[in-house]
Amino acid sequence: MKCRKCGGGAALELRRHNAAFCPPHFIEFFKKQVAEAIHKHRMFTREETVMVAVSGGKDSLALWDVLIEDGYQTTGLYLDLGIFDYSVESKSKCEVFAASRGQRLHVERVADAVGAPIPEVQKATRRPTCSACGLSKRYLMNRAALEHGYPVVATGHNLDDEAATLFGSVMHWQTDALPRQSPALASTHPKLVRRVKPLYRLSELETAAYAFLRGIDYIVEECPFAKGATSLAHKELLNRLEETSPGAKHNFLFGFLEKARAAFERIEEVTLEACASCGQVTTGAICAFCKLADQVKRQAR
Amino acid sequence: MKVILRNPKREVAISGKRRVKELLLELDILPSTVLVIRGNELLTSDTVVADDDVLEVRPVMSGGSREALR
Repeated sequence: MKCRKCGGGAALELRRHNAAFCPPHFIEFFKKQVAEAIHKHRMFTREETVMVAVSGGKDSLALWDVLIEDGYQTTGLYLDLGIFDYSVESKSKCEVFAASRGQRLHVERVADAVGAPIPEVQKATRRPTCSACGLSKRYLMNRAALEHGYPVVATGHNLDDEAATLFGSVMHWQTDALPRQSPALASTHPKLVRRVKPLYRLSELETAAYAFLRGIDYIVEECPFAKGATSLAHKELLNRLEETSPGAKHNFLFGFLEKARAAFERIEEVTLEACASCGQVTTGAICAFCKLADQVKRQAR
Repeated sequence: MKVILRNPKREVAISGKRRVKELLLELDILPSTVLVIRGNELLTSDTVVADDDVLEVRPVMSGGSREALR
């Protein structure tokens, strides 16, 4: 297989683009896709410092790498979920990455904020692990950015993540979730920082290939709680569809963003208030994170 | 050839030349869900691999990091 740009030996075939690229031209393609995402959605400027939420996995470290390479001002945020050896190893990958590139890495322990590490939260609340974990991560990312004065948090969500989330929302017609699905969510409250997903145009095969070709040492092992997660089942369904119809995931997600999202945005307007307990944003009196932490504390007594 | 698979990490031995595409078909793996790595290079589906090759089939699915079976 030959590179579309130079005719040299290809390292990766991108069926949805009907193209293949050699390593240097694939890296160039990848960077262009990220640059286009940042530009199109006005995600951040070169004057702002971007807080990159990193997990030690391929997506977030690839994102951090590409932003550093493109000259953006960045700082890392690692949320220590307390998931046994998985968290120990993923934290180490982030620390090594940050040190090798001379970048600052903030570390926050979920246990300090919620009262217990993620495995204990699941036992105390009987809430699905991925749900409690996602809620905690969203809350702590926003809180850390506010505390340290960063205007924007970037996450490594890729095209597959976004297509699978959209599929799940549509399957259940969660019309409250649909307007929130966007590559860039503006700050609509003084206590809410901007949230952006600069990798949303790239598949996870592409982010993995970028991480490999750039020599990024990331954690390949799966989170022990991910097995059986609904989002993975949706990804597998979409992968089968993509196999027979290359571009299906791209068309599903981009079609929604370009043609349908705005309609749901008009229907679902919400008012954000300050949580009476912690002061962060919520649509009710007490935010979901404080309710979760309270539940954990009551179980511990 | 030696093929290293992940999650759980395991090895399988396969004999005879074939294309990567055919190898993945035999292993029942969707090509778009894995990187096929030989040393420091990524292999495309048309690359021919042989007995003396050591390959890593690395899943790319985040959240679960598993290769998807057909």
